[in-house]
Amino acid sequence: MRGNNVLGVLFSNAENDALRDLTDMRTMGSVPFGSRFRMIDYPLSNMVNSGIDKVAVLTKSNYQSLMDHLGSGKAWDLAKNKNGLFILPPFGNANGEDYKNKLQALNSMISFLEKSKEEYVLLSDCDVVCNIDYRDVIAKHIQNKADITVVYKNAKVPDDIKQLMVLDLDANDRIKEISIDPNSNEEYKFSLDMYLMRRDLLIRLVRECVSKNKQSFKVDLIQSNVNRFRMYGYEFSGYSRVISSLKEYFAASMDLLQKDVSAQLYDTDKPIYTKNRDDMPVMFGEDASVHNSILSHGCVVEGTVKNSVLFRGVHVAKGCTVENCILMQDTDLGANCKLNYIITDKDVVIKEGRKLMGFSSYPVYISKGSVV
Amino acid sequence: MFPKQETVAMLLAGGQGSRLYVLTSKVAKPAVAYGGKYRIIDFPLSNCVNSGINAVGVLTQYQPLLLNEYIGNGQPWDLDGSNSGVTVLPPYQRSKGADWYKGTANAIYQNIAYVDRYNPDYVVVLSGDHIYKMDYSEMIAAHKERNADCTIAVLDVPIEEASRFGILNTNPDNSIYEFDEKPKHPKSTKASMGIYCFTWQKLRKYLIEDEENADSKHDFGMNVLPAMLNSGERMFAFEFEGYWKDVGTIQSLWEANMDLLNPDSGLKLNDSSWSIYSRTPILPPQYIGEDAKLTTSLVADGSVVFGDVDHSVLFPGAKVAKGAVVKQSVLMPGAVVEEGAVVEYAIVSENAVVKKNAKVGSAPENTEADWGIAVVGSDLTVGEGAVVKANEIIYEDVNGGDCK
Repeated sequence: MRGNNVLGVLFSNAENDALRDLTDMRTMGSVPFGSRFRMIDYPLSNMVNSGIDKVAVLTKSNYQSLMDHLGSGKAWDLAKNKNGLFILPPFGNANGEDYKNKLQALNSMISFLEKSKEEYVLLSDCDVVCNIDYRDVIAKHIQNKADITVVYKNAKVPDDIKQLMVLDLDANDRIKEISIDPNSNEEYKFSLDMYLMRRDLLIRLVRECVSKNKQSFKVDLIQSNVNRFRMYGYEFSGYSRVISSLKEYFAASMDLLQKDVSAQLYDTDKPIYTKNRDDMPVMFGEDASVHNSILSHGCVVEGTVKNSVLFRGVHVAKGCTVENCILMQDTDLGANCKLNYIITDKDVVIKEGRKLMGFSSYPVYISKGSVV
Repeated sequence: MFPKQETVAMLLAGGQGSRLYVLTSKVAKPAVAYGGKYRIIDFPLSNCVNSGINAVGVLTQYQPLLLNEYIGNGQPWDLDGSNSGVTVLPPYQRSKGADWYKGTANAIYQNIAYVDRYNPDYVVVLSGDHIYKMDYSEMIAAHKERNADCTIAVLDVPIEEASRFGILNTNPDNSIYEFDEKPKHPKSTKASMGIYCFTWQKLRKYLIEDEENADSKHDFGMNVLPAMLNSGERMFAFEFEGYWKDVGTIQSLWEANMDLLNPDSGLKLNDSSWSIYSRTPILPPQYIGEDAKLTTSLVADGSVVFGDVDHSVLFPGAKVAKGAVVKQSVLMPGAVVEEGAVVEYAIVSENAVVKKNAKVGSAPENTEADWGIAVVGSDLTVGEGAVVKANEIIYEDVNGGDCK
């Protein structure tokens, strides 16, 4: 048998609201992250590295950048004769109504789910940065004879997570109770919104919820069924961060400058794949001064860069000082600019001599294509 | 039979490149790493694609493993079409005997069947050891316009250097009347770049005749081109302007890398109108450490720099530890320079390790005699505190404290 009998389902638009401006023009999945990646690269690569060779990416709106990024799925080895990558945009129906939540989204792809032959389905959003081996999740799921396994993290709850699902487990990791948004800053076992279950069970539960006009995947499909099915928690203890706000996005980006974080995320046995761009290597000029930063191909650095994340094709001209910044693809800084705690989206142009300052708790975001 | 291709390119990639010594002991010359993320063959392959040539035969013979793997299905260069693309052509057995490729002309002779499948009008013959960006379609247009049988790309070289090259002596209309191989007293400064455009049916005929000639060395420069000229075929020079470098020696390979750090060298790689494509390894971004000093250098993704790097080219996965110094050097993929080590005017080949406090190479001004680029071969280790002098070429591990 090819593959491992698991179908991957990714929700590329889920939690789009968390990042506001960053997702104005794109899906959560296509938000640039980590100097050369986009958010979807992490869950997609994790699935591929775990032997999943059929992945459906559900997308609803603003998906041009996502389609462009994913292409045929070649970069993730998902351009295949059999299985591979399936991008599922909304499927128009007679009354012209779009789906409004995850349940309806799943309902709209129910024929795809029915046609698939995999025994299990692994569902995930695109807002978690981590390198997780799902083979272990699958093994535990089978070992526990679980109906549904929920991947969770045991940590202090980050800010701004909406509909946070907190698990109460017994000694064997079986879920006793689920509470949503318990509103506290304590350490919790909170869900990373990755779920493994049998495909036929998913189809049955989606149908059931939709027929009763239920609206919430978390509340109606998961929480309400805790006592009806064998639900288990799976703790992921490696590095993970939920990108629940611009502040978290900034903090997660800065995490990448820590050696142990990058070592956990970029494991040579389980690489994170992304679409290639044919840029030249990074060119450092004679006056360049770069410290504690990550950069990718195509950058030209002639000034000073500290504690920053530079995406492909960024130009930092002479005399510039860039500190604590995230500069996305092809940002172009003129000479003698000073930037501190700034996030520039793609193709931003900052003219000569500009000084822009944010603060650690409030990085300033400059939207795609702006000229400052 | 495939759909007709007007032009097929034949890329000669079988040479050993013996003047690159240890750098080509395990790989063919076209697969040698260059420019921080490329391999030499990326240049002719990208030139082909950018010039609209979609059928490329790559003739391999010497150490083909890495080269074959690198070319793969040709996808990074868009040479993976359904009816065309890149095809690796090794020597093969026939019902009557088998031959290695006996010479450049024989290599193409043995693959006449490959070319014929595309029924092309023209064949462009390229070599896999030059760094340059060239639009072959301009050369083919000139070839057509002059109704030529053979067109040879030439570079205008300084007269004092002309005696190192194969020189073409031409009439005012650029038609060739004489070949002058490394002349003592050059009459012209038009140096052949080893890039030929032929009318296929003509070339086909001369290749067959050449094969029957027992005295022939089956080489384009020595046999086929002179034979064509002697028979009065229409042969023209096509003048190329721009950066072109034969990277056949250690010194020239090092220089070509350093040229990328010089904005006036004429070779630009960040030009989206003429991209050089390459197979990019899957690696995280590069990380530049808190105390790193990094100036005038080209650094590829996956590299980690904690030490001092100046005027150097670092390939994917190269590592420079804290307190290490790398100057005027090339660190090929996966090369590691440990703490306190000094690498100057050197090429450290793929996955080689320079251990703590070792020294590799030295600057010309600090070298008494016989200066040259020091080279550490791939997968080798230069032991702790060991010294590799300028101009040394290391073929096997150097033990700690040893002086090579």
